[in-house]
Amino acid sequence: MASAIASTRYSLALGTGLGVVPAVFAAGLNIGVEIPRMDVAEYHRPYVAAWLERADNAVAGTLAVWYEVKKRDNEGVKWLKDMRQWWRRTGRELSVPIDGITGPTRPAGRHDLAFSEGTGPLPKLPAGSYKLVVEASRESGGREVVTVPFDWPAKAPVSLKDQGKSELGAITLDLKP
Amino acid sequence: MRIAYRLTFCAAALCGLLSHAQAHNVWLKPSSTVLSKAEWITVDAAVSNDLFFFNHFPLNIEKLAVTAPDGGTVQPENVSRGKLRTVFDLNLTQPGTYRLAVANASLNASYKDRATGQTKRWRGTLDKLAAEVPADAVDLAVTESVSRIETFVTVGKPSALQPINHGLELVPVTSPADLVQGEKATFVLHVDGKPAPGIEVEVIADGTRYRNQIDPVKATTDAQGRFSVTWPAAGLYWIEASAKDGKTSAAPAKERRLSYVATVEVLP
Repeated sequence: MASAIASTRYSLALGTGLGVVPAVFAAGLNIGVEIPRMDVAEYHRPYVAAWLERADNAVAGTLAVWYEVKKRDNEGVKWLKDMRQWWRRTGRELSVPIDGITGPTRPAGRHDLAFSEGTGPLPKLPAGSYKLVVEASRESGGREVVTVPFDWPAKAPVSLKDQGKSELGAITLDLKP
Repeated sequence: MRIAYRLTFCAAALCGLLSHAQAHNVWLKPSSTVLSKAEWITVDAAVSNDLFFFNHFPLNIEKLAVTAPDGGTVQPENVSRGKLRTVFDLNLTQPGTYRLAVANASLNASYKDRATGQTKRWRGTLDKLAAEVPADAVDLAVTESVSRIETFVTVGKPSALQPINHGLELVPVTSPADLVQGEKATFVLHVDGKPAPGIEVEVIADGTRYRNQIDPVKATTDAQGRFSVTWPAAGLYWIEASAKDGKTSAAPAKERRLSYVATVEVLP
């Protein structure tokens, strides 16, 4: 009995340590980014950027950027511009790496990220219409942008989804009031 | 007097001067115009009939000036002047927008030799005019040519370009780093630093060799000197504008011919 309670406390502490805040404390959103499996001779993990735009295309915040962080002489930065929309809208104003936002490229599969309003990359968003934009660019491959519009704040939990055709798979957005 | 104005200056091609809009295309072609970190680029410079193919002459880059975002100059490196093109490398180390420009100014004269009655042509600078053109020349007609051949390269975040304020000049409203297929871009043309209305502009897409019509996009600057282009496809584009006025810098010249060309890159 005692060990069951102890292990429950341990996993709760571990969860908080990873930045997963229970929904009851703050509004937030979870995004799911699927990087499709590619059957190509020369495969490179894509560069991916996920950010929020307001209705007028102004950027509310960058949530994640996956690029080749470990290359010598910061060479990985050279290809950030190939995420063309992100680069033009906000990327070129930022200085990477940014703690909590940038990270290494990820393998094929589904990647889930959770954000709490007012902590980390997700700022407090004024009420209004927004877009989650996810852009992927792959070396010796293509580039794709997937946009998921949403209204903020959500009065009840909302699940939204869109599907990429080539460089991105399912992009999901769960809004938590 | 009339004959002098109808003469075409084919020799201009040898010096890389665009003296007449329908002669040869002159251009700079950078390897990239948008960079996300400081790095080297390479640039081709040519006088040719096609965009952007080399089929005539290398461009003389004696008057090349590369202006960095902080106003300083960047020297071209590994310069090679071949049969059909000039190539050079540039080490772009600062964030911001670089202006690459070849600016030429000269006087063109035509006259009849008093002794032989032969029509002669001369090009040069004002200081050489008195020495090289006979004082007793008949029907002397002098025009001034002011031309600019430009392109723009941006590292990271674009920065404002310092104006030239002389001759015909393109002032971007839309940054050259923000040109996107399907979107509208706006530019202003200035003459001697002031917006110039009524200037005719032609915009030609890359790849003229591979299509049957040139299909230029034509525009005329409005009362504020502005013109806009909505890019039909991604790729390189050549913007060309020319004008004439009487504001010459040297008294013997009665007419001034201004020309401006630029290479811009539109991304998908």
